[in-house]
Order: sequence, then structure tokens, then C-alpha cells
Amino acid sequence: MYIKYKRPVAITQWASVVGKKESCGPLSGKFDEECADDYFGQTTWEKAETELQTRCIGHLLHKKGIDRKDVEFITGGDLCNQITSTAYTMRAVGAPFMGLYNACSTMAEGMIAAACMVDGGYASNAVALASSHFCTAERQFRTPLDYGGKRTPTAQWTVTGCGCVMFERFGKGPFITAAQLGRVVDLGVKDANNMGAAMAPAATETLKRFLYASGTECRDYDAIYTGDLGRVGSELFFQLLQNEKINIENHTDCGCVIFDKSQNVQSGASGCGCGASVLAADILPRFESGDYRNILFIATGALMSPATTMQGESIPCIAHLVNIKNKEEAHKK
Amino acid sequence: MRTNKKQYDRMVKNTSPRSRVLRNCVWAFLVGGSFCLTGEVLINAYRAAAFTLGDARLLASVTLVAISAVLTAVGWYGRLAKRAGAGTLVPITGFANAVVSPAIEFRSEGLITGVACKMFIIAGPVIVYGTLSSVVYGVILFVKGRYGL
Repeated sequence: MYIKYKRPVAITQWASVVGKKESCGPLSGKFDEECADDYFGQTTWEKAETELQTRCIGHLLHKKGIDRKDVEFITGGDLCNQITSTAYTMRAVGAPFMGLYNACSTMAEGMIAAACMVDGGYASNAVALASSHFCTAERQFRTPLDYGGKRTPTAQWTVTGCGCVMFERFGKGPFITAAQLGRVVDLGVKDANNMGAAMAPAATETLKRFLYASGTECRDYDAIYTGDLGRVGSELFFQLLQNEKINIENHTDCGCVIFDKSQNVQSGASGCGCGASVLAADILPRFESGDYRNILFIATGALMSPATTMQGESIPCIAHLVNIKNKEEAHKK
Repeated sequence: MRTNKKQYDRMVKNTSPRSRVLRNCVWAFLVGGSFCLTGEVLINAYRAAAFTLGDARLLASVTLVAISAVLTAVGWYGRLAKRAGAGTLVPITGFANAVVSPAIEFRSEGLITGVACKMFIIAGPVIVYGTLSSVVYGVILFVKGRYGL
């Protein structure tokens, strides 16, 4: 579904918080907070992820200079069962909350929903948030942390990080002007250790439909970001687009920029927090510095559970896309 | 989409990097072998301390399990396993790691519903099928002895 917002919706503030491994990566220094303690001062990993989100929202509100009770709408999610990390965060925030789960595509999904709320005039401000924590995700989807297992070369490392953005009707930008709500795509990949390969077709499908609906080409954008395809998924994304006769030269994957190869992360990074934290720490600030005028952000999610994986099901995936522009581009007729 | 499942399966296979089998085997051999060597040293040490061969072997296994449990608790076993693979998985130390790691992980869910319930989520199959195969083996031995096959 192609969404063209009636008026460009301003992204007026953003914030990101990450854990220790991310703070040692190439984006070090760009996040609002880099915590050396992956427990974030808490006693369990689930509480740690809630604290991660709470701090992220705290930074957003502090930078914006408003109180939590002034937030009119907030949406978000994480990778825990029943998105509890987000629910427990919202217990303290107290703003009207809509919980979302679309795995690692949750950030783009939340941005689309939040921007709709502002564009429709239902809220004067809206926040979208997404997080993941390596330790809660490993518990959820894989093996215990101290279990001695060897990761396959296609495996990806879940980011411990949170990103959030605030939308308002007016602001100096950047702006979200259009979006593409993805469809569930499944090309039969069953290997839960090769999520990039599973998600690449969904990203291809969403991008293709967006380009068609908007009448644009890849080269019209300064950059096209994907959320967490990793190195294997990015290569497959490129090949799939070639099969569709779409040429892409300006693609960057958030999962390939947050860690460097020496950090032993195999195919790259993954998790809701990957795209969300890179968006808030690296992509949006580039609009302020003037590097970017018009970009696409496509967050991809693998919608399986440990049970479906064990039952031998293939992995259904989804990708949501948002088009972010600077003021000049957004208001161009 | 112009790519069908069959074509995509081929693309995924061609694009996904394969495990470095030779390097992994060398690591597994060296680390697994060093565990076995430690076991032999322990057996000889217990023998020297006047234990019978049977007792010495048992004590060596128990000692290796204890060492593995401690190394798991301080997080070193998992770190070694990232490189050693089967070298840390196959020996008895790997079994200890498979029991201790979920016990640590699920401590936050309580001693009964967490630690005790989840302790065998990885090692469980080894116990189940180990017991089952020993029963099958016992039946075969019984039949063999009875009918003098």
C-alpha cells in the first residue's frame, strides 16, 4: 500500500541509545548514549531492555524540551514475547500507546503509523520507537548466552539498541512524505541463521512497488537504506533487483554499518534496534548537515517464531518503507 | 516477483558463504584433543594417587565437568566454543556447558520454574536418546545371550 501523506510530516527530534558492542563500532560517538553495561543497571535482561527504551525516550524528551505527559501518541515494539519490553516502558511513560510487532521492520512500521496520526490531525505529536537487546533476543530465539555454540557465516548479531523519533505537523525537517506498507513475502528460506536471505525478497518487493507507485528510480535518491539484511542479504537484494531490471547503486544496509568486520558478527547486525538506532544516530543527522536531501529507509522483518522454525516452516518476511526528505525537497511541487 | 522459489534457493546457496571446514576442523581437533589430553593427565594423576583405573576415569570425568561448569559460569567456555565448535561440543565438557548455561540464563525465572525446568532444554535429548539407545542395546545383548547368536 502506497501512502502519500497529505502534507509532509516533520521529524522534529530523534534519539538513540546503544550497548557496549555497538559503542565499539564505526558509529561510536554518534549515539545519544552508549552504555558500557549491557544490564543498564538492572537485574534481568528484560528489565535492561525496558531501561534501554526508557533512557532513549528520556533523551528524546530532553532534547525536545517537553515532558512525557505532553506526548500525545506513541507506538513501538521489540523482539520479546508479547512485546513486553515496550509495554513495561509505556507503563512509566503513560502516553496513549499502540504496540506493534513486525519483527525488525517495526521502526518503519511505527513511523508510518505515527506519521499517519499526525497527518490525519489526530495527534499534534507522535513518537515511534523500536528496540532490541542481544540478550533478550538470544533467549527468545536461540540458545542461552553462555552456551558454547558456533555461529554460521550467515548468522547476524542482534543489536542492543533503541531508536525513537518524534513527528509533528510543523518543523524544519527532515520530513516523511511518503511510505510503502509492505506485504508478507516468503520465497521458501527455512534457515533461521540466514535471516538476510529470508528478508531480501520482502525488501525487493516493497522497493519495487514503491518505485512504481511513486514514479521514481533508485538514482533519484541520495541513499537507499535497508534495516538489517546483513552482507548476505544485501548481496541477494542486489541480485533480486537486477532480476526485476532495477539498478541500485546507492544502497547501504544498517546491519553492515553498525559493526565492523573485526567485531566477529558474521554476516552483520540485525534486530529492531539496528535500523532504529542507525536511523536516529547516523541517517537523520545527515539531513541537518546537508548530506542528504531525499532518502528511502526500508526496514525488514522476519516473522517466524522458534516454534515455527522447529516445525520446519519457511520464514515469512515483510518490509516497510518510508521516504524522508529535507524541507526543500519535501515542499517541492 | 520475477524470481521463483527454486531460482531463489539457488541464488541463496551460491551467495551464502560456507563454513571454513578445514580451519574449523583444525580448531576442533586441537581444542577437543587438548581436553582429551587433560583427561589422560587427570587419569594418570588419580592413578598415581592410588585410585583404581575405574575410579580414576570416573574422577577425571567429574573433574572435567567441574572445570567446564566453572568456565561456563565465568563466560570463557562460550568464548572458546565460538572458535572450537565441535572441539568444545563433543567432549563431556560440552555436555556440562549445555546444562550449566541454561541454568544460569533462566535463574531470573526462579529456582524451580527457571533453573530446574530449563536446565535440560539443550542436554535433554542427549539424556532421552542416550537412555533409549542403552535400552535397545540391552535388549539386543539379552536376545544374543539367550539364543547364543
